[in-house]
Amino acid sequence: MSETEQLASVQPTADPSRRRLLLATTGAVGAVGVAAAAWPFLASLRPSARALAVGAPVEVFIGDLEPGQLVRVQWRGSTIGILRRTQTMLENLPVVEPRLRDPDSDDAGQQPEYARNEHRSIKPEYLVLNMHCTHLGCVPSMIPQVGAQPFDADWRGGFFCGCHRSTFDLAGRVFRGVPAGRNLLIPPHSYVDDDNIIIGVDPEGAA
Amino acid sequence: MKPLIRILALSVLLLPLPAPAYAAKAGNLDSAGTNVFDRASLQRGASLYVQYCMGCHSMQFQRFQRLVDDLDLSEELVQEFLIPGDLEITDYMMSSMPYEESVEWFGKAPPDLSLKSRSRGPDWIYTFLRGYYLTEDGWNNIVLENPAMPHVLWDLQGIQRAVTETVTDSDGNETTRVVGLQLERPGRLSPTEFDRVVRDITAFMQYVGEPAKLKRQRVGVWVLLFLSLFTFLAFLLYREYWKDVKK
Amino acid sequence: MAKSAGPIARSVDVVDQWINERAGVKAFYKQHLSEYWAPKNLNFWYIFGALSLLVLVNQLLTGIFLTMHYKPDAERAFASVEFIMRDVQWGWMIRYMHSTGASLFFVVVYLHMFRALLYGSYKKPRELVWILGVAIFLILMAISFTGYVLPWGQMSFWGAQVIISLFGAVPVIGPELVDWIRGDFLVADSTLNRFFALHVVALPLVLLLLVVLHLAALHEVGSNNPEGVNIKAKKDSQGRPLDAVPFHPYYTVKDIFYAGCFLLIAAFIVFFWPEGGGYFLKPDNFVEADPLVTPEHIPPVWYFTAFYAILQAVPNKLMGVILMGAAVLILFVVPWLDRSPVNSLRYRGWPSKIALGLLVIAFVRLSMLGLSPDASIAEIRFWSVIYFGFFLLMPIWTSIEHTKPVPERITT
Repeated sequence: MSETEQLASVQPTADPSRRRLLLATTGAVGAVGVAAAAWPFLASLRPSARALAVGAPVEVFIGDLEPGQLVRVQWRGSTIGILRRTQTMLENLPVVEPRLRDPDSDDAGQQPEYARNEHRSIKPEYLVLNMHCTHLGCVPSMIPQVGAQPFDADWRGGFFCGCHRSTFDLAGRVFRGVPAGRNLLIPPHSYVDDDNIIIGVDPEGAA
Repeated sequence: MKPLIRILALSVLLLPLPAPAYAAKAGNLDSAGTNVFDRASLQRGASLYVQYCMGCHSMQFQRFQRLVDDLDLSEELVQEFLIPGDLEITDYMMSSMPYEESVEWFGKAPPDLSLKSRSRGPDWIYTFLRGYYLTEDGWNNIVLENPAMPHVLWDLQGIQRAVTETVTDSDGNETTRVVGLQLERPGRLSPTEFDRVVRDITAFMQYVGEPAKLKRQRVGVWVLLFLSLFTFLAFLLYREYWKDVKK
Repeated sequence: MAKSAGPIARSVDVVDQWINERAGVKAFYKQHLSEYWAPKNLNFWYIFGALSLLVLVNQLLTGIFLTMHYKPDAERAFASVEFIMRDVQWGWMIRYMHSTGASLFFVVVYLHMFRALLYGSYKKPRELVWILGVAIFLILMAISFTGYVLPWGQMSFWGAQVIISLFGAVPVIGPELVDWIRGDFLVADSTLNRFFALHVVALPLVLLLLVVLHLAALHEVGSNNPEGVNIKAKKDSQGRPLDAVPFHPYYTVKDIFYAGCFLLIAAFIVFFWPEGGGYFLKPDNFVEADPLVTPEHIPPVWYFTAFYAILQAVPNKLMGVILMGAAVLILFVVPWLDRSPVNSLRYRGWPSKIALGLLVIAFVRLSMLGLSPDASIAEIRFWSVIYFGFFLLMPIWTSIEHTKPVPERITT
C-alpha cells in the first residue's frame, strides 16, 4: 500500500503493545468460547438417550446351544453371533496362526481385555462376536467345514465375507492378504449364569 | 432533549405488565414451595407418584432410566421399588390402565402427566391435590370443579368440607361460593406431613416436566461467568481502540 | 513485499493473490469493513443492526440442528420436540436458544426500527434501506408465525387457526383462500407440513436475500448518525469523509463488546428463565394440539400483540384485518411522510419529540392490551388512533415545526 495521509478523525496511539496484548487475549478467549459453544451442537448428533435405551444390554439363553451351532442376536443395531465351538474347532485355532495378521490379539481396540487370549472369549467353548466385517461392515457367513475352498486351499473352518472376500478364523481373527485389516470385534459380554449370556455388560471386576 | 427521551423510555418500562402465565387462569393458588434441586424430595416424590398416581396416569416422555441418572438412585433400587412388574428400566413410565376401560370408569382417560407442571404450573398441582372436599354428591375440588379424578390421597389427608358464603347481589339473586376448606376428619397424616407429601409429588412432577433443568442452571453459571470475562476483555479492547478517535 | 519473507509467508502471498485475482476478497473486505467509512459518533442505538445479524446466525445454526431431530408430522411433532428437550444431548439448550432467539430477534429489530425513527435514518438517500428493512420485518413475522406452529401445542394449533382465519375476510375468495392455506378444512397435518417447509427453507432464503440487499443498500449510501449530519459533504484530499472512522476496527470492536453484553442477557434467559414468565414459551403450548378443546384465551406471542389489538379496534372483520395490515404496511411510506428538513430528532421541534414519545407509548400499550383477554375496546381504539395519527399527521407537523440549524461537521 502506498503512503496515505493520516485520517482526520483518528490519531493512532504511540504504544501498540497494550493493544496487541488485548487483541490476543480477547481473541483467545473468544476462540475458546466458540469452541465451547460448538461442543453441544456436535454432541447433539451423538446417539440420543432413546438410542442408548434401545441399545440396552441383551440377555441370551445359551443353554440349548449344540456344539458347532451359531445363534445371531441384535445389539445396538449390530448382528452379534454366539458360537459354541467344538473340540475340533478349538484344536484348529493354533494351526492357522502363522497365516493370521494379528494372532495374539494385540490390537487392543478389537476385544475387551478379558477376551484377549487364543480363543478370544471368556470360556473357550463360547465365542461372542460382533459379526460385522472390519472391512466395510458386511456380515460374513460361517463356513465351519475343514477342507479346500475356492478362496483358500487349506481352509480350517472360519468366516468368509462374500462382499470383498475377507476371511477370518473361528476366533474371528483376520487372515493375511485380505481387504479387512483387523480382527472381528468382540463386544462386552458376561455370564449371568452357566446358561445365560448378557451382551453389553462387562463381567464384574473387569474394566 | 436527551433527558426527555430517556424519561419517555423509562416511563414506558414502568407501565405495569399483565401476567400471561398460569396465574391468570385460576384465582388464588397456594404457593407450592417446591425445590427441584432437593434430591431427597424428588426421591420421595417419585416413590409417592408410583404408589398413588401411576396406576392411572402415564408419563409418556419419562424413562425409568432417567430416575437412576437424575435422582441419585441406584439401578437396583429403581428396579425393585419403582418399576411395576411387567416394565423394564428402559421403558417409559406408562400406567397399566387400559384406555377404553378408563374412559368408561372416569368419563375420560386420565391425562398424561409428563408436562402437567409446565402447562398448569406447580402451584396449581399443589393446590389441586390439597383442595379436595366432600359434598353430598361426592368429591369436589377447589381449583377444578367436578373433577373426574377421585381424591386418591384422602386416607392421608382426611376429609375436608367446604366453608361457603352466600351473597345476595343488588338484584336479590343469591350466589353461594366456597371461601375455604375445613378438615372435618383427620387422616393418617397431620396437615403439615400431608403438605410435605403433596409438595414432594409436585416437585417430582416439576422435575419430570423439565428434567434438563437440573443441568441447565449448573451449566448456566459457567456460561455467564465466561461471558462476563469475555465481555470485560472486549470492553477494554473497545476502550483501547476508541482512544484513537478524536472528539 | 519485503525480501526477507520466508517460504511460508511467500506461499501465503501466492495463495492470497491467486484468490484475489479471481474473487476480489480484498476489495470486498475494504469496501465493507476496513474502508467502509462510518460516522465517528454512532451511539448505543446503532448496535442493534449488528445484534440482529448475530441473532439471525443463532437462529440459522440452532434451526439447522433442530431440523435434524424434529418431525413435521401432526402425529409426532409434539413428541419430537419433547424428544429434543429430553433425549437429544444438549437438545434442550439448542431448543431454548432457538425459542428465546425468536423473541430476542423482535426485541433487537424493534429497537433497531426505533433508532431509525429517532434519527431519521429512513430519509433521503436511505429510503431503499428502510424499505428493505420493513420487508425484512414482514418476512420475520411470517417466519415466526410459521415457526410457532411447529411445536404443535395448543397455542400453535389455535393460534394458527385464528390467524389463518383472518384471510377468510378477503371478499369473494376468502373461504377458498383459507382452505388453500391450510390444505385441509382445519389446521391439520398438511398445514404443519407446509409451514415446516416455509419456516426452514423458503422464508429463510428470502430473509437472507433481503438482509444482503439491506446491507448492500446501506453501504452504498453510508450510515446516518445521531446528528443527522451528511458526513460525505466534507472529505479529505483522498476522498475520505473527515468525520468518519473505518468500520473495522473501530465499530467491529464496539459491536463485539455490545455483543458480549447482549449474549450475557440472552444466556441468562436461556439458562435461567427460558419461559420468560410465559412471554417466550406459553404454558398452554406444553399441551399437545387438540382440535376438540379450545383454550379459553388465545393471545399471540408478545411481539404480535400490538397488531392483534388493532385488529380488535373495529367491530368489522374485514375492516379489522385491513387496519391490522395497514398498521404494518404504513411503515413503507414513512420516508415520504416525513417532510422535515433535518434528520435527527436532536434538531427537530417539540411536536416531533412528543409524537415519537406517543408512538412508543401507544405501541407498548397496544402490545399489553392485545395480550389481555378483557381489554377495553375504547382504550384499544384510543391508542390505535394515536398509532395511526403518528404516521398520517407526520407530513403536517414535520413541515410546520421549527427546527434547529444542523451543524456542518460532527462536533460531539
